[in-house]
Amino acid sequence: MMTPAGTLLAATDLRKAFGTTKALDGAEFSIHPGEVVAVMGPSGSGKSTLLHCLAGIVPPDSGSITYAGRELTSLNDAERSALRRTEFGFVFQFGQLVPELTCVENVALPLRLTGVKRKEAERTALHWMEQLQVEELVAKRPGEISGGQGQRVAVARALVTAPRVIFADEPTGALDSLNGELVMQLLTEAARSANAAVVLVTHETRVAAYSDREIVVRDGKSRDMERIV
Amino acid sequence: MPQSPEGIRPAIYTLSVYTQCRVADMSIGHTLLGLLEAGPRHGYDLKRTFDEKFGHDRPLAYGQVYSTMSRLLKNGLVEVDGVESGGGPERKRYAITDAGITDVGAWLSQPEKPEPYLHSTLYTKVVLALLTGRRADELLDTQRAEHLRLMRILTQRKRKGDIADQLVCDHALFHLEADLRWLELTAARLDQLAREVRR
Ligand SMILES: Nc1ncnc2c1ncn2[C@@H]1O[C@H](COP(=O)(O)OP(=O)(O)OP(=O)(O)O)[C@@H](O)[C@H]1O
Ligand SMILES: [Mg+2]
Repeated sequence: MMTPAGTLLAATDLRKAFGTTKALDGAEFSIHPGEVVAVMGPSGSGKSTLLHCLAGIVPPDSGSITYAGRELTSLNDAERSALRRTEFGFVFQFGQLVPELTCVENVALPLRLTGVKRKEAERTALHWMEQLQVEELVAKRPGEISGGQGQRVAVARALVTAPRVIFADEPTGALDSLNGELVMQLLTEAARSANAAVVLVTHETRVAAYSDREIVVRDGKSRDMERIV
Repeated sequence: MPQSPEGIRPAIYTLSVYTQCRVADMSIGHTLLGLLEAGPRHGYDLKRTFDEKFGHDRPLAYGQVYSTMSRLLKNGLVEVDGVESGGGPERKRYAITDAGITDVGAWLSQPEKPEPYLHSTLYTKVVLALLTGRRADELLDTQRAEHLRLMRILTQRKRKGDIADQLVCDHALFHLEADLRWLELTAARLDQLAREVRR
């Protein structure tokens, strides 16, 4: 399959149905290293499904997804989950931190899962918590911190493995304006300085304004607004 | 905010417009008066402080300071507190009067009239799109893309700017977002209405 030069992650003609619901109906996507792409569109249009397919969480019924030249749909489950652990980072709207672990243990978790020793994993975790300005929360558990703080801890966790793609599904959805801005600023700055790509699902235009360009998903089809306008 | 009979085009949300709107012409008097409430100042000092705090891209002209001060003098809101040797109007030191303090207080406690930022043309377009069987959602996407173009510039400027820049940009960003949300809701409602009418 042909992908534009320099593309890190690309999908063509993605289709995914849940029963009779066509969640994706020929969607396209592409992103370059260091690029932030906003995915917009009405509720139920297929944004999260697109993100899940791109991240190898949900297999599409048909279509092609290439990541760094590899066809994602032809990998087996073990290969796909290895890819997710080492190359991808995730931020969701809520409920992503493990309540039994402290914040620093939460942030270090993706590294621990790839076999990094505790001390080293927590040292890297602390670095990212400092970047996200939540280093004072290291010893607290998720139940003892605010929603905005928790979201910044989650962003630190998404960045801790130095992923090449960060998937963020409504990362500011549960936050007030000030915390939303802070999360977006820190997320995009950290991603740009690490040359990571960000797939940012959001319905808020102010949040999308942190992106380099946007695509719009409607009825499972995507529109690349850069090519249209 | 300037207004035309047709309403306001999104293009009007340009950086220069917003910077110029930081202190609208009519409130320069109140702003200078407010600065004087903090303590007496010479004309040149007033201008410098105003420019520093509010003038960024459009400094006050000296002439504007003098004409404003003579109006405030005439209305008894300020008084001359001393004149530095060397003469010239910029050498006058002004102090606020009790009436001036009352005036500043009244201005600050008065809410600003909410501006109709939105544009009847957008509404007209949505209605026309639906009436002619075109897709209002595509019109919305295109408009959003246009808004986003400016919103990205404002967001970047906010990142680099000082706190005053951030506040000005945030104001513009929230208004631009409000325009789009209104448009989206309008399109959804009209779509619904159009369906019901057709049934
Ligand atoms: N696991 C599932 N089982 C059944 N239907 C699903 C499932 N996931 C998504 N869908 C359906 O697929 C469509 C697209 O859903 P998706 O979650 O991708 O939308 P979205 O654009 O993310 O919406 P929102 O903005 O509300 O999050 C919807 O109609 C939804 O009901
Ligand atoms: Mg969703």
